[in-house]
Amino acid sequence: MSPPVLTVRETVRVRTCLRVNDTTHELSVDSRLTLLDALRDVLGLPGTKKGCDQGACGACTVIVDGQRVLSCLTLAAACEGQHVVTIEGLAGGEGLHPMQAAFLQCDGFQCGYCTPGQILSAVCAVQEVHAGVPSHVTPDVRQTVNGATTTDEEIRERMSGNLCRCAAYPNIVAAVRQVLSSGDLSTVARSAKVEVLNERLHL
Amino acid sequence: MNAFTFERLSLPTDAARAVGARPEAMFLAGGTTLVDLMKVDVLAPDTVVDVRHLGVSSIDVSDQAISVGAAVTNSQLAWHPVVRDRFPVLSEAILSGATTQIRNMATVAGNLLQRTRCSYFRDVHASCNRRQPGSGCDALDGFNRGHAVLGVSDHCIATHPSDMCVAMAVLDAEVHTVLADGTTRSIPFGEFHKAPGDTPHVEVALAHGELITHVVIPHLAAARRSHYLKVRDRASYEFALASAAVVLDLDGDTIRAARLGLGGIATKPWRAVEAERALTGRKATDDAFRDAAEIALTGAVAREHNHFKIELAKRTIVRAFATARDANP
Repeated sequence: MSPPVLTVRETVRVRTCLRVNDTTHELSVDSRLTLLDALRDVLGLPGTKKGCDQGACGACTVIVDGQRVLSCLTLAAACEGQHVVTIEGLAGGEGLHPMQAAFLQCDGFQCGYCTPGQILSAVCAVQEVHAGVPSHVTPDVRQTVNGATTTDEEIRERMSGNLCRCAAYPNIVAAVRQVLSSGDLSTVARSAKVEVLNERLHL
Repeated sequence: MNAFTFERLSLPTDAARAVGARPEAMFLAGGTTLVDLMKVDVLAPDTVVDVRHLGVSSIDVSDQAISVGAAVTNSQLAWHPVVRDRFPVLSEAILSGATTQIRNMATVAGNLLQRTRCSYFRDVHASCNRRQPGSGCDALDGFNRGHAVLGVSDHCIATHPSDMCVAMAVLDAEVHTVLADGTTRSIPFGEFHKAPGDTPHVEVALAHGELITHVVIPHLAAARRSHYLKVRDRASYEFALASAAVVLDLDGDTIRAARLGLGGIATKPWRAVEAERALTGRKATDDAFRDAAEIALTGAVAREHNHFKIELAKRTIVRAFATARDANP
């Protein structure tokens, strides 16, 4: 059978106000524009990467209102009033964020294409552990997890939304482990300028 | 992707009216299904109504129930202390699905309405009665390893992909909605999803424009002894080949009551009521669980590549019940 005939009508433009890395942008965009394409093609922030563009690989991970999400499945128009943090805004200055430093020290990448998404995802994974919330591999969901008891299995599960074609996984786990073990986990969130997860979750 | 008008509204009734007024309009919440399927032209709404700002984003706990707002994210629900404490099966089911990024986006109502992952449904060049009524079903004699063995028909064997819904089914959740005319109603979970039958394109018991506002989960003391077991091809980030949601109410080693939901093997979130009844009054042994599993899979219909799911589901049921039995709630 033949595929359905699709009508493509004229472009519909939507006004939206995006706050990205502490800068506010008033935009008029095609309603179909994803947050990923808005960041890369409209705002000139190519640090966020397009891998699969269908929500499978995690390369496009950004932090929206303190939570890691996939920018390829997010419509730019739906982000009105929300605060987006990309890899360009993570450190908040010239220095490196502790997670960026850990990826360098642990050699947590090879080609580097998935790395921005890995790092933003890892920052949030550390915050989530800090907030005490369980993952699929937590033996009892009633348990409150913490950095000291977090196993490599926990790190792998919490990072399973970020694929690495070069398979740098052991070193990525080592980088996340290094930041988790550094003690003062709250500096991770503060230096990322993202909301503390606990507030968002009302824990 | 087709062009569409984008609207953000702030009242549930306005959103229901906006979608109800246009046959090709759709609600947008987390976007993990809708945006994905718009990109591959499986869905082509002319109007998209953003429903994440309707004031239905909280989890309210009372003595009788918890009420979960439609726009609560999967993460919020899975991580909520009361859910983890009283309904571990629900937290476990949600945490076994997708990834943290997707659970942070996906909403409770969106999870109820998520579409099948059948590859023929997602491919506009394939025949699919669910996507295009009357066009046929390429899965029947195609690559159907991931497809359903329960609730199937000659028109569709697509699996319902949700983990969360399997837990909701055993917890007897109620789905609350508002219609375009402002009236409200509640739908028992077991009546919400439809098996394909002759009309696979009719997936849920909602009218066009009817908006889910919240889901109510009644308290169930026995649910503290509950468990979700998911079996899949990868350890993480994969849909279920078979899954079981179980609740065990024990009096010593005797079963007062049991509940059993099945995922990954059925066309809708599946509740195995006959199997539950068969467990009442029996000792909580692996043999009893195996007997219940045989009953649960009675009537299963396999195709060329998914025979293995029948035995896999039975073993999944036994292990899920045994794990719940041996836990210390």
